Amino acid sequence: MKFLEYKAKSIFARYGIPVPHGVVVARPEEIRNAPLPCMVKAQVLIGGRGKAGGIKPAETLDEARAVSREILGMDINGYKVKQVYLEERLDIERELYLSFTIDRSAREPLLMASATGGVEIESLPHEQIFMEHVPALIGLQPYVLRMLGKFLGLQGLVAEQVADVTQKAYELFRKEDAELVEINPLVVTKAGKVVAGDAKLVVDDNAEYRHLEYAKLDQDRTALEEEAHEKGITFIQLDGDIGVIANGAGLTMSTLDVLNLKGGKGGTFLDLGGTDDPEKVAQAFELLIKANPAVILLNIFGGITKADTVALGVKKALEVMHADVPVVARIKGVNEAQAKEILRGVGMYPAETMEEAAELAVKVKKGAA
Amino acid sequence: MAVLLTKKARLLVQGITGHQGQFHTRAMLDFGTKVVAGTSPGKGGTKVESVPVFDSVDEAVAKKRANASIVFVPAPYTKDAVIEAIEGDLKLVVVITERIPFHDTLEFVPFARTKGVSVIGPNCPGIITPGESKAGIMPSQIFKPGDAGVISRSGTLTYEIVNAMTQAGFGQSTCIGIGGDPIIGTNTVEALAIFQKDRKTKRIVVVGEIGGTAEEEAAEFIQKHVTKPVVAYVAGRTAPPGKRMGHAGAIIQGNRGTAESKVKAFNDAGVPVAEYPGDIAKLLAST
Repeated sequence: MKFLEYKAKSIFARYGIPVPHGVVVARPEEIRNAPLPCMVKAQVLIGGRGKAGGIKPAETLDEARAVSREILGMDINGYKVKQVYLEERLDIERELYLSFTIDRSAREPLLMASATGGVEIESLPHEQIFMEHVPALIGLQPYVLRMLGKFLGLQGLVAEQVADVTQKAYELFRKEDAELVEINPLVVTKAGKVVAGDAKLVVDDNAEYRHLEYAKLDQDRTALEEEAHEKGITFIQLDGDIGVIANGAGLTMSTLDVLNLKGGKGGTFLDLGGTDDPEKVAQAFELLIKANPAVILLNIFGGITKADTVALGVKKALEVMHADVPVVARIKGVNEAQAKEILRGVGMYPAETMEEAAELAVKVKKGAA
Repeated sequence: MAVLLTKKARLLVQGITGHQGQFHTRAMLDFGTKVVAGTSPGKGGTKVESVPVFDSVDEAVAKKRANASIVFVPAPYTKDAVIEAIEGDLKLVVVITERIPFHDTLEFVPFARTKGVSVIGPNCPGIITPGESKAGIMPSQIFKPGDAGVISRSGTLTYEIVNAMTQAGFGQSTCIGIGGDPIIGTNTVEALAIFQKDRKTKRIVVVGEIGGTAEEEAAEFIQKHVTKPVVAYVAGRTAPPGKRMGHAGAIIQGNRGTAESKVKAFNDAGVPVAEYPGDIAKLLAST
């Protein structure tokens, strides 16, 4: 789950991390007050909005309305701006970088910081980045914060505030099941205050059940992806025209790859998972048909999954949807022969192997089969 | 000697009374696994497939001398179950459960390591040593005893590849489904080290996928420490960046985790990479 800046900042504030004052609006007419002078910031779930013209200053309320009008509806790297955040302008003395992520190889949370904030962390030379693993079972110890302060060249009250923000960001990272907590820049104002200039927060989707208040948040999903999410189906829309459905994430990815090698292009990633429940299969097919593919390529390797039950689900979905989209199906598993019989009965194209199925799907699409 | 799991394993099934637990207890018994006990809090004293059920791991260990466990309990209770298994002195814990918050895994995986316990998974099909024992959910009939060690981040894709291997005459020493999550108990490098040591394993198959840098680290490790021939497959060559391809671990972020980088790392380490999953068997023929 990704969070827009204003939403992330409200969560940061809950943990006691200082954030600037601001108001969020969806339409310029909604602007009745703003912390002037302010920055008008596009709220999108993607980076690079500054460069794309999504962050602009305003001195007066009228100007804030005019700038908001410009930014709202803007397309930023493929994301439409639906909201702007009018935020208090900070008197910047210096900008730092601070983040918590996980290091998969070390299997531990990773604290990263730099005295150079406001730029992409990847663009910084290694020696300018402070990196320290934090064992999840132990937590963030004070010595790490002392090392951090020294590395960043901080002293006195500023060092204390940065240490405090770091400790709170770690607490947030753990308690909110975050994949990423990033403050870039972490601003030190001319008055010596430490404030989160920006806020990035990504929360583990698997932890949704512990944070039900986030379930309703607008994610960067298409309408169909949203429908799939609500039904608990793993479904991603891609830009090809062959609807791919398989069981298991690895096999679904691999089916897309094989299709590509055979000259086709996948339009969906639909992972049926371990189910052979005809109802679930039918639901998945309904989604697939709504995505309007030229051909559907079904690839099931069911060791335990019953092939005929899957086939029945497919049949049912096609009937219910009155769909005449051709289906190329490869189903391996228990009761394979019966499955083929069912599929042939409704005019589908059965295939033996994954490669054969991919080839056939490309042929059918070209009208050559 | 087979790796991690042999016929000596006395398996405990945590979450044995659930649908999955019951089904796979039957399948593992049929395969020849010594399933000696199950746990399900509050259901102690009952039986599943004639396997005695206990309320706690401690009881199962005391009464049935279980030394390994397989975990089927739902994600919200998995951390509790795994810690109970670790504290119960089981030496191998296979976590089948998917969709576990990784902050939980961040706790139980390092804890297991401090106690010298091997964790496999989470979000994995388990481990199988054909002809000896299975602690997993994979279809038994596609495996056959042999000398190829298989390491895989995926489930059904592994079945696809193993099936093709078996048909081409390449049996397996042990197949470890390490799991598709970002944080896992036994990673590719550790599994490689196990197979390099194992006398029964003569060749190794690595099935990787996009996301993270496990394959790049594996390639580096192979170059330095693995003398047995290794062949690989990488799924997700056509996956777009920023989209999570089903597995929590399978996502390309920035320039990290791409299939190209993994294929290149393997090639640089002298590991041939199959274009099609079915080609793994062909690559093995030339090892």
